[in-house]
Amino acid sequence: MRIRFAGMDGFLGALGSLLVVTYALLPVIWIISLSLKPGRELGNARFFPDTLSLEHYRTVFNDPQFPAALLNSVGIASIATGLSITIAIFAAYAIVRLDFRGKHWIFYGTLAVAMFPPISVVGPLFELWRTLRLFDTWPGLILPYLSFTLPLAIWTLTAFFREIPWDLERAARVDGATPSQAFRLVILPLVAPGIVASAILVFIFAWNDFLFAASLTSTDRARTVPVAIAFFTGSSQFELPTGSIAAASVVVTIPIIALVLMFQRRIIAGLTAGAVKG
Amino acid sequence: MRRAQNVKGWLFCTPALAAMALVTAYPILDAVRLSLYRYDLRHAAPPDFIGIGNYFSVLSSEVWWQALGNTLLITTISVFFELVLGFALALLMHKAVFGRRTVRSAALVPYAIITVVAALAWKFAFDPTTGFVNSLLGVDRAWLNERWSAFGVIILSEIWKTTPFMALLLLAGLSLIPDDVLRAARVDGASALQRFRLITLPLMKPSILVALLFRTLDAFRIFDSVYVLTRGAHGTESVSVIGYNTLIARLNLGLGSAVSVLIFLCTLAIALLFTKSFGTPLLRTGR
Repeated sequence: MRIRFAGMDGFLGALGSLLVVTYALLPVIWIISLSLKPGRELGNARFFPDTLSLEHYRTVFNDPQFPAALLNSVGIASIATGLSITIAIFAAYAIVRLDFRGKHWIFYGTLAVAMFPPISVVGPLFELWRTLRLFDTWPGLILPYLSFTLPLAIWTLTAFFREIPWDLERAARVDGATPSQAFRLVILPLVAPGIVASAILVFIFAWNDFLFAASLTSTDRARTVPVAIAFFTGSSQFELPTGSIAAASVVVTIPIIALVLMFQRRIIAGLTAGAVKG
Repeated sequence: MRRAQNVKGWLFCTPALAAMALVTAYPILDAVRLSLYRYDLRHAAPPDFIGIGNYFSVLSSEVWWQALGNTLLITTISVFFELVLGFALALLMHKAVFGRRTVRSAALVPYAIITVVAALAWKFAFDPTTGFVNSLLGVDRAWLNERWSAFGVIILSEIWKTTPFMALLLLAGLSLIPDDVLRAARVDGASALQRFRLITLPLMKPSILVALLFRTLDAFRIFDSVYVLTRGAHGTESVSVIGYNTLIARLNLGLGSAVSVLIFLCTLAIALLFTKSFGTPLLRTGR
């Protein structure tokens, strides 16, 4: 009886897993297969290509738009991530380690920003950035990404910091380390994996943004990948350059998926812990 | 000592609070100010104070109410399906004995993909020339050129992308349920369905509410998929698309800011509605 149940559960589990994998990968495989179809096969309505071709990859890399956007995206998202995580480390440290009055206001602040609709600030930022000459520049996007990713960064880092054996810090202090030495040499190596996971989550947020990038940029100077792909125009104005869009999509998707899968366990821990403990 | 901690605590948190306020609190106040002016960047005329005239224009236009209806429809349907599918996925991730790692990895894939890219993948899939959907279903249909089928594709794209996130939020709640309670109920003869209904669900209530609140607010600001799939054509505009078109495409900062402020107020109303009608699980879990 018991064995039959286990077998049944196992079967359902395996079936479920198969379903989930298919569900998750279907659009990814579809876009990969589109990107590999030669131009004449794009309209054949088949899921898989009959012959493989790299022509669309050559097209996107020879067109100046896409490489510029790729550079902008990598640069802007990385800088925003670095700044956001640095600022969040201080806040998370204070939340976990220090006992100070009004601490809950930090939590309310992050909650408010996490719920905030970005469209509500796009207009004023558009006007302000034009006056401050930040329109269509890297800092013009880094600033909103920095602010809007802080809640996520603070929550996940707080969750990771809570699991650190902080007695080690006290021990280091007793042994004569300065507070900053104790943090850098003892604590930082322990929290490094958590910091990496938080950084990946923040990076994905900045990398994914379309609304700010579409509103606050206008040329290749600061235009990021999502905007470049959405506004991609091929040689003909009346037809979507499907193959090129697919190839560009694959180029920006595969590295992120690889990164996420590499840090899978910690990313899930960060997302779930952040959700529970706020 | 206490005083020193106070100072240090606030010192450490100030950069974060300042950065968050700079890009949310200040601009939203600025949006309120702009919304009281007739201010169109395509005309050379300087801003002209007109009080609540812009709000009157927005609230008396059919476009706004249609977009609000669309947004609420997309939000309700996608959040409902995300909750059901997300729960199933969370249970699978929680229980799966083998293939656990595979399932968890697969679930992260939609989360890691750029929303614009995912929406384009669906767009190409449903396209009558490049797509495989029509030949798979044996129909000949321009899905994105008709209002209700376009909503279907938008909602599908939204559900696909965010269900895993919902599942992860719910998984966090599932992992907090003590195993021995479930085991004790099983020994006492409770069926799987009873255990789920009488133990799992009540204990999960706070996590479910947090997940629902976050996903509802997130779905309410839907922009990327709608913009990519239809650009708001065929009566599929969401409120964020209206805001973007007024502010950025038509450069009408006064009217657009009124739309922005109204969207902000809707968000606030949704958040209050959740906390008022379900108590404040959010604030309790926050401690």
